[in-house]
Amino acid sequence: MIQFLFKGIIRDKNRSVLPVIVISIGVFLTVLFSAWFKGIFSDMINVNANFSTGHVKIMTRAYADNADQMPNDLALLGAGELIDSLNTAFPTLEWVERTNFGGLIDIADANGDTRAQGMAMGQAIDFLTPGTREPERMNIPASIVKGGLPTQAGEALISNDFAERFHVKIGDPVTLFGSTMNGGMAFANFTVAGTVRFGMRALDRGAILIDITDAQAALDMADAAGEILGFFKDGQYDAEQALQVKTAFNAKYEADTDEFAPLMLRLNDQKGLDEYLKMANYISGIMTFIFILAMSIVLWNTGLLGGLRRYNEFGIRLAMGEEKKHIYRSLIIESILIGTIGSVVGTLLGLVAAFYLQEYGINFGSAIQGGGMMMPEVFRADISPESFYIGFIPGLLSMVLGNALSGIGIYKRRTAVLFKELSV
Amino acid sequence: MESIIQIDQLTKRFPVGAGEFTALKDIRLEFQKGEFTGFVGPSGSGKTTLLNIIGSLDTPTEGEVTVLGQSIAHLTHKQSAKLRNQHLGFIFQTYNLFPVYTVYENVEFALLLQHMPAAERHKAVLDALEWVGLTDKIKSRPDQLSGGEGQRVAIARAMVKRPAIMLADEPTANLDSKNSHHILQTMVRLNQELKTTFLFATHDEKVMGYLRRIISLEDGRVVKDEALAPQGQAGA
Repeated sequence: MIQFLFKGIIRDKNRSVLPVIVISIGVFLTVLFSAWFKGIFSDMINVNANFSTGHVKIMTRAYADNADQMPNDLALLGAGELIDSLNTAFPTLEWVERTNFGGLIDIADANGDTRAQGMAMGQAIDFLTPGTREPERMNIPASIVKGGLPTQAGEALISNDFAERFHVKIGDPVTLFGSTMNGGMAFANFTVAGTVRFGMRALDRGAILIDITDAQAALDMADAAGEILGFFKDGQYDAEQALQVKTAFNAKYEADTDEFAPLMLRLNDQKGLDEYLKMANYISGIMTFIFILAMSIVLWNTGLLGGLRRYNEFGIRLAMGEEKKHIYRSLIIESILIGTIGSVVGTLLGLVAAFYLQEYGINFGSAIQGGGMMMPEVFRADISPESFYIGFIPGLLSMVLGNALSGIGIYKRRTAVLFKELSV
Repeated sequence: MESIIQIDQLTKRFPVGAGEFTALKDIRLEFQKGEFTGFVGPSGSGKTTLLNIIGSLDTPTEGEVTVLGQSIAHLTHKQSAKLRNQHLGFIFQTYNLFPVYTVYENVEFALLLQHMPAAERHKAVLDALEWVGLTDKIKSRPDQLSGGEGQRVAIARAMVKRPAIMLADEPTANLDSKNSHHILQTMVRLNQELKTTFLFATHDEKVMGYLRRIISLEDGRVVKDEALAPQGQAGA
């Protein structure tokens, strides 16, 4: 009997090909968009991670308590040795030094006198070590407006708005005035290698990016760093794994009461990002739910129409002595079969498309005005374990529910009434 | 003679809006095994309703209908399905074949419901198709058949399980004269050789020519019940 019914499904394109196509399209869109929604939120989290928090971050306890003030007098000492030990203990992460600072940028005229001055936020990262991934991580190459990356000590990037406001050209000298980690006055000359757009008003008004070694020299921070950031080498933040790393690291210093003892925080633990992550997951969940609901209604309707279209066939089968529950069961089995095939096809297609978007993304650069380091121009999908099953909710469940609902008509109506409706 | 259907004081009413429509009123009939009988009358006289109740597709509002010893009013859905599956065959005006299945498969379906073993089923299907003269069309689909061929497949599908009673609702309504006679002769042959009881709902003069008993219905009542010598058989 099953074989007989299967023949019918295969031969009747309205029962097989058409529903499979509709379900595949619905599931394809569900998988693709859910992965893309997730990717967009992941991108926003990654921007935060790459620019500021890392996937995990190590500071001194005292620095962590006042992190907003960028208190370099509380910076980590012996940063090189600490990174070596981190590379050994946690090889799945890449560890980098970062130092944030504030200061004044002075622009001199031809005579060496001050022509203009502006407040600037500063960040020191590793520009010069061969093979460094820091510039790419912070999306700097794509954010450069003029010039290029620093290629040697003493070069700096400044914000493009700042450069335009004070007519600073590539190759011009600028002087950074700040304070050393010991509280003394610091000043150092830099050559402008390029200008960048941050995509964030405060930073675009005045900011300077220099190599970490230059910062250590200028701010008297030999072998010191304000922060050490850890990034998972696959680039994807894993909250659970980060928690394990954090717990293992902090356990080593649990007995140490020194306020300069290192402390590791996860991305979630910083700047209210835990709330943001929850909110992002919540919003992503709502968007996915709405999409699944819409697709479910469409596919439900497909199942419903498929069932209603076959009332005539059911009437004949009833007349020939087939039991209602047998007809109902065969209808459900068919819908499971069609729903499964459509869901598998749709999920595969959705995953292929999502994988493409995960690798290459869609560049909205022309549509996003003022995009830069803080605002990704390329939006990518993020394939997660749920991408593999989420399409089955509208694909299989809705199809079966649709058919089940239409099939209830078989039970609700008395045989003769159904028979009459069928005009048999 | 063996009585196989007894109808006693059958009344059937259908709800219409706030009121009711009486389709059959106080019907009393009895049918013997091997009858070739027709219900005749104008549209709305209750022919199809009566056929549906005998076929356990519907139930009486009042009265008693007993088919092959089973009271239609008291059958569960499962029991009525079993009665139709094992003892009743239906032939419809519009053939109602499954369009995606071949002639062979359409006929085979009735036996699949009876869980008949494959070899036995194969033989029974070929026998049935031979009966109706369609062995050369076993792989054809319904849309490749003429109207007469389609109705012959429907007959083969109904008779393949050797039912005791065949219920035919306007079986010739969509056929031309030649095909109508061909179909009716096939039915007569089944009736005579297999002793299958045939009950028709019809207002086709050609069908009436083959009947051995005509029951006239009007406004849900039996107005005439006459036994007669069939003309069509002799003339055909």
